Amino acid sequence: MLDAIGPFFKNLYDTTGWNFIMFYEQYEYDRFLEAVWVSIELIIACLIFSVIVGIIGAWAQGAKSRILRLSVAGYIQIFRNTPPFIQLLVFYFVIGTITPQVDMGGYKEAVIGNFGWAVISLGFFAGAFNTEIFRSGVEAVPTSTVEAAEALGYSRIKAYFYIILPLAFRVCLPALNNNLVNLLKTTTLAYAIAVPEMMYTANQIWSDNVNVPEMMIVIFIYYIGLVGILVYLMNRWEHKMRIPGYG
Amino acid sequence: MLGIKTPMAPGVRGRQAQSKTDLPVLLAFRGKNNKDGLFVHHDGRLFVDLKLRHGVMIFAVFALWCGAAEAAKVGGFAWATESLFNWAPFILKGFSLNILISVFAMLIGTIAGAALGLMQVSLMAPVRSGSWLFTQFFRNSPWLVLLFCVMLLFPFEIDLGFVIIPIPDWIKAVIGFSLPVMANISEVVRGAVISLPSGQWESAESLAFSRRQTMWMIILPQCIKRMIPPWINWYCILTMATPLCSIMGVEESVTHTVQAMNALGDRPELLGPFYFFLLFIHFVFTYPIARYSITLEKKFAVKI
Repeated sequence: MLDAIGPFFKNLYDTTGWNFIMFYEQYEYDRFLEAVWVSIELIIACLIFSVIVGIIGAWAQGAKSRILRLSVAGYIQIFRNTPPFIQLLVFYFVIGTITPQVDMGGYKEAVIGNFGWAVISLGFFAGAFNTEIFRSGVEAVPTSTVEAAEALGYSRIKAYFYIILPLAFRVCLPALNNNLVNLLKTTTLAYAIAVPEMMYTANQIWSDNVNVPEMMIVIFIYYIGLVGILVYLMNRWEHKMRIPGYG
Repeated sequence: MLGIKTPMAPGVRGRQAQSKTDLPVLLAFRGKNNKDGLFVHHDGRLFVDLKLRHGVMIFAVFALWCGAAEAAKVGGFAWATESLFNWAPFILKGFSLNILISVFAMLIGTIAGAALGLMQVSLMAPVRSGSWLFTQFFRNSPWLVLLFCVMLLFPFEIDLGFVIIPIPDWIKAVIGFSLPVMANISEVVRGAVISLPSGQWESAESLAFSRRQTMWMIILPQCIKRMIPPWINWYCILTMATPLCSIMGVEESVTHTVQAMNALGDRPELLGPFYFFLLFIHFVFTYPIARYSITLEKKFAVKI
């Protein structure tokens, strides 16, 4: 790969001064490629975790227990109305320091590293929004459908997973789409706790090579490309899941 | 929402309750003198009324903070809280810069966004597609990337030949935050304009209004109402994003908190109280505004 594009970017640098160093130098290339993957892994992990949090949260919000409902409501309000950046700092620096550590032979390492905390923090942040989105979807399912499920002898949890959720999912896909795009953009916050994702690595590269504008262009293309891919996939999914005559 | 709860026939609900029926519903009578004020409901309640459960929630935040601080302590919880008490004014001073940045960024973002939004509904195709592209670019880029871009690529001073104007970091942060806000407000404006029924445009045309007149005298006045709740919502999102500029060393609340902890010797028992205090002040500021936006949305949604 580097052999193919290397000469072009080296030539570009020699002739115009545009220094895309990660496309012609092995060391920067490896670092850059690593960041591309770490970012994508981070995004996918956050997306999955936040959707799981959303599904469980929406289920808990419809529970009979008042305490459960109140605590979910509290969770949503706290996570929706505080800066995600400070949430991340709280998770990493406050909760992270009181979690158990394991001996790695000579030095101690926390059970959950910075990548893990980024996923947990951002997942809970987006999960609060997802909970609201799924709840509105669940509410949009007609009561008669739920009653029909009950009449067929479904328990609450089974009715939720087999009947309500599949219908609710279709209703809330557009809103979910929006929120997941938002989450994708928010993953850059992991920069603050030194997760070696795109933003962090780009910062290292431009600190070493003083090529800020070039790196900025690359980051913009990278993130807008990722958003484009996510939106494309979600739209296709939405189209595929559509039930004719419903919604 | 009404003060007095009266038993109602099933199917015919109160004025603001969501009616599940498609039968016509008689709306409650509202006289001339009991209109809603800016912050006060017509029956005297505040719009931003924190009910008991909100109090419970805020208390829960506080309890969580204390609990985490308790868990993190190495024997100096009292000392940590005392130092927090001493350093709170310093942190709040930093927080005031957060508010200042958010207000200015919102101001610039709103003006630029309104212009961009109107360009998005222009009749000229190049203007429309150009502004669409511009909007999408800033809307889909991460805030942190835009902020980095402005902070690093903007000059720190402008030389006008006879005078050199320095640009402090926080002004650059304002510009950095106003870009995504601009793009999102642009979408809000565009959404509000196209959400109006096309009959409004057609009837204006039949009354011989020009396009400009229609826009300013008929469409936009109706849009303002639809735009206010999302506008407030974006203000909340912006305020919650302002701590990001601490990464670039702007002296706002997070920077001040870290400085305070440095001054106290970076003891681990400080982390809990200080960071939770930071979370707490942001919550106290944002939460009422977010509630107010929801109240407004509900209020405006009734009238069709």
